[in-house]
Amino acid sequence: MSRYEWLLFLHLIGAFAAVGSAVVFSVLLLGADRVAGTQLTFLARRLWDVGGLLTLVFGIWLALDDYSIGDGWILTALVLWAIAAGTGVRLGTEMEGGGGERVRPLYAVMTIAVVALLVVMIYKPGA
Amino acid sequence: MSFAAVRPDSWNFPLLLHVLGAMVLVALLAVAAVVLSAALRADDRAGALRLAFRTLLIGAIPAYLVMRVGAEWVASKENLEDADFAWINIGYSVADGGLLVLIVMTVLTGIASRRAKRGDTPSGLVRWANGLALLLIVAYAVALWAMAAKPT
Repeated sequence: MSRYEWLLFLHLIGAFAAVGSAVVFSVLLLGADRVAGTQLTFLARRLWDVGGLLTLVFGIWLALDDYSIGDGWILTALVLWAIAAGTGVRLGTEMEGGGGERVRPLYAVMTIAVVALLVVMIYKPGA
Repeated sequence: MSFAAVRPDSWNFPLLLHVLGAMVLVALLAVAAVVLSAALRADDRAGALRLAFRTLLIGAIPAYLVMRVGAEWVASKENLEDADFAWINIGYSVADGGLLVLIVMTVLTGIASRRAKRGDTPSGLVRWANGLALLLIVAYAVALWAMAAKPT
């Protein structure tokens, strides 16, 4: 396996975990919090911790090795990542605290940012 | 300067469907695994098993279909339907075998849910379903490696 393939694999593992975090939060907000709220909140938070870290570290490494870090689509992805990270971490904290009125707006922003990240990564506009 | 290949625009939407379906599928398998584990200790065992069953039936199976349709669509765009590459064979094997395991897991969880509703403790069924969920997650990690490394 070449270095590019390793970096891509680890970046994709992170992307699966990051999107997985948004999916688990979705399941929680659909009512699963009544049955397994503690366990699923733990899962969603850890998935974001791992996914956010891996996508950022290996994404930047890939950008430096194989693309250009100044490309518009990469800068857009970094902004989206920051939005998803900020809202995702706060959402996890809110959910762990039993939820509240800020949960749904935080969830909406996180999910939109994560899906937009995936779209940008696949379409690579301007590359 | 860009060194990595940029694919034709017409491949992007099918690839997005394939990847998004796979991501949602794996996440819902993780949800099912966690809820099945919780069901072994939960006070509301029937509620937890009902959640696991619904997660698989109305979440994971549709996500699988999106992933699989996306895969076939991308393969046709790339003219790879009849290609004999290891990475494609690994992908098809995991996807097709995975569907069988997913169906078995859903049925086991459904039976366990019904038994729990009657007041039984279907621990064996729950452990089997949980083991299959973890097995599928590992299998999809192998498929992801194959998609990234593309061994021929």
